[in-house]
Amino acid sequence: MIRDVAIVGAGWSGFRSITPELSHKELMYDAAVRAYEDAGVDPRRDIDTFVTVGEDYHEGISIFDEYVPDQLGAVQRPVQSIAGEGIQGLAAAVMQILTGRFDIAVVEGHSKASNILTLPYILAFAMDPVFNRPLGVHPYAIAGMEMLRYLAETATTPEECAAVVAKNRSNALFNPLAGHGASISIDDVLTAEPIAEPLSRLECAGHSDGSVVFVLAAGETARVLSDHPIWIRGVGWANDTFWLESRPWGDARYARAAGEMAFRTAGIKSPAKEIDFAEIDDTFAYKELQHLEALGFCSRGSAGEWTLEGGTALGGEFPVNPSGGALGEGHLLDATGLARVLEVVLQLRGQAGQRQIDAAEVGLAFGWRGVPTTAGAAVVLSN
Amino acid sequence: MDEFVYDSVYLSSRDLREGRVLFETWQPNAQYAWDAGVAISRYLQEFKAGKLIGRSCPECSRVLVPPRMFCESCFCPTDDWVTLEDTGTVLTFSRCTITWDLVQLEEPQMPAVIEIDGASPGMGIMHMLGEVDPEALAIGMRVRAVWKPADERTGSVTDIAYFKPLKE
Repeated sequence: MIRDVAIVGAGWSGFRSITPELSHKELMYDAAVRAYEDAGVDPRRDIDTFVTVGEDYHEGISIFDEYVPDQLGAVQRPVQSIAGEGIQGLAAAVMQILTGRFDIAVVEGHSKASNILTLPYILAFAMDPVFNRPLGVHPYAIAGMEMLRYLAETATTPEECAAVVAKNRSNALFNPLAGHGASISIDDVLTAEPIAEPLSRLECAGHSDGSVVFVLAAGETARVLSDHPIWIRGVGWANDTFWLESRPWGDARYARAAGEMAFRTAGIKSPAKEIDFAEIDDTFAYKELQHLEALGFCSRGSAGEWTLEGGTALGGEFPVNPSGGALGEGHLLDATGLARVLEVVLQLRGQAGQRQIDAAEVGLAFGWRGVPTTAGAAVVLSN
Repeated sequence: MDEFVYDSVYLSSRDLREGRVLFETWQPNAQYAWDAGVAISRYLQEFKAGKLIGRSCPECSRVLVPPRMFCESCFCPTDDWVTLEDTGTVLTFSRCTITWDLVQLEEPQMPAVIEIDGASPGMGIMHMLGEVDPEALAIGMRVRAVWKPADERTGSVTDIAYFKPLKE
């Protein structure tokens, strides 16, 4: 990249199924205070620009971005909102710093999923109004169809997908932030009621409320502000074709394209060799496997077996979702990718407590925008 | 040349009226139950009791209404509840003569922002004016809240029916 950029402050709040004591503004304020304290910055004086990630239908208010400046300390400052995945927002903040016009930027994402009473209907509203919506099928059926095609094309087994759930929810037990930790067996997952076959209920991430805030700074500023800046080595993002009628069902091509862009900007030739661990979207269990393969951490069709054998477990050769992922922390709507980044930051700082990975130097976070989208974003970070 | 010309059909308003074209209707089902949070919950509870409250900022000393748990100017937590008067001064107003679907109103609606006594300058409540000749409205007009009867209050901003001129 033409300028070094680092994460110098990280804050979060919530990560619980419900947060009835706080408004979404109070939730964001708590995360922002923590991030600014962590970075040692005063937002009213030091921060040059603010990016938030959100979606009007998730907020229940149109033009929601007008409601964000107060609780971030962003009144009378440049504020930009991104309707997209959290890591797309992070990329936007990085680009603002790369322009040379800004030295310190903030990115924020949040979820008040518990406040949305009709979330499946909101998802359904995202489907094509002429071709798909009139069929009246639950949007999670898209995940079921995608999973079936992925299993058929790669000979991945339902057991291997279930192993992702067992691993991630068990990892979450070591993460005080994660509200969905549990000791669950592969058999529990396979015998849970189906949602949209072959997808079972336990393979779908539950939802959480929460907010994540990062303070980003350009090279020299980052070195002054922080004893442990976490460097953003590369970012990438991509969309595929939306057509349900002709998208590549078995293959997460958007993840491959996003990953290739991130690796290219980071100067990484061999992700599997040069990256130590990853936080990868696991909104549905099979997605972790599909994304792992598309990002090039293992060959196509081998992620399931690798997972079943423990290669991606906390003590394995390449830990995946040590935080517990979305399955363990709960899905945070537009902030889900930022929660993936948060864990990478904590691991690279050596602040991951009981789930700390030894000698972690380079990590990857990958976010997916969920059904029915084909949008993904990746970021490579190092200490 | 013909291969670049696509068959097309010109639609008349009658085609639309008589349903001769494809219609997909979809009622968005978007329901929310917002957590009001600390500040707004207490604020609305006090409405039920017929009282207005604000929060004070320890740094800039402003009294904020509606109350919030942080000051957007100083970016610090507010630290105290302040009981306010239910009287104030019209900061700005309009005579609104249309409904949401642009139908002309016989009687104009009179929305106003009212600086509340006890809160800092520029801190007000957006509400409606009533019991006043629309032509008599003026910036600086002194007004008082007209509360609904206690048993009709629900903890909503509409527990105040409107603000009316204050005779001092």
